[in-house]
Amino acid sequence: MTPASEPSTAPARRSIPLWIQILIWLGLIGLLAVLLLGILRSEHPILRVGSKVRDFTLSFYDGYGYQGAGQVHLADLRGKVILVNFWASWCQPCADEAADLETAWRAYQPGGRVVFLGVDYVDTEPEARAYLQKYTVSYPTGPDLGTLISQIFNRNLGVPETYVIDQQGVLRSIQIGPFASAADIQAVVDPLLAGK
Amino acid sequence: MVSKRLIWFAVLVLGVCLSGARTVHAQQPTPSDDEVNAIARQLFCPVCQNTPLDVCPTQACQQWRDLIRQMLADGKSADYIKQYFVVHYGARVLAEPPRTGFNWLIYIVPPAAFLLGLYLLFRAYQAWKRMPKESVGDAAGELPSAANDPYVARVEEELRKRR
Repeated sequence: MTPASEPSTAPARRSIPLWIQILIWLGLIGLLAVLLLGILRSEHPILRVGSKVRDFTLSFYDGYGYQGAGQVHLADLRGKVILVNFWASWCQPCADEAADLETAWRAYQPGGRVVFLGVDYVDTEPEARAYLQKYTVSYPTGPDLGTLISQIFNRNLGVPETYVIDQQGVLRSIQIGPFASAADIQAVVDPLLAGK
Repeated sequence: MVSKRLIWFAVLVLGVCLSGARTVHAQQPTPSDDEVNAIARQLFCPVCQNTPLDVCPTQACQQWRDLIRQMLADGKSADYIKQYFVVHYGARVLAEPPRTGFNWLIYIVPPAAFLLGLYLLFRAYQAWKRMPKESVGDAAGELPSAANDPYVARVEEELRKRR
């Protein structure tokens, strides 16, 4: 009798039931897929130049409305060039460009073909109001309630960031950080007014 | 004369009481840092990554703590303040995410993984407990004795033939 043919005295190994194994693997694969999806979504910018900008509603601070209205829908501004500037009272670079934005706004306001929208990103209202008064901001401005607007543009938003949208609602320019001068702002907006 | 003095005294007492009452009303106690931080630690800085509001050193966080202090002084509840923060800065400011959508994974996966680990440990323990018992049984009771081992018998047979 060879050893190989001898009856084994080792106990039969009881493995984990197949359905539990399948369940575990499915759970792990699902979890990894969710994690991967989250990483991919956070890494990729939401809006690129050339993409259509999803509609949003901006509610204004009292005294900073647009044509007397307390809020505005982006879709209602179709046909105009829209400059969306994200800012906050606690942001020093925002303060650095505040005067240039105001100068540019005052240059465009009489024509009515350009609308500036100031979106106050995660800020407190008393400090925001003090900021608006200090820098004599006069263009329509309101808080980004629930950060819903910033999530349309950029999930990893920093301030200041400025997005310029053309008359057809297409994003045409992204400025990360402050503009250096009012002329820089006009250099972005003017070609769109000229239909370029 | 006495009654006139009494009237003046009464007016004086009334005046003091009223001014005292006004003073108490105006000097509502300012919420302490501990009271503010008790709420702030349930919230995260909306700007910084993964920093609780009570320990966040930025100017923005200081503004938010001041806002909490102001709201507490105005008599607002902790739930109201948290809701205010969610409305203004989004649900991501909550230290404990709301139980909706994908957030459920946070509440389900860790306990499920823990229970699964316990189950696997239990199975491994059972298998480990069974193994030694059976091998001890083999050693004590089921090993063939020299008398009835055919191999030993053959060796002895060979030895006998050679003598």
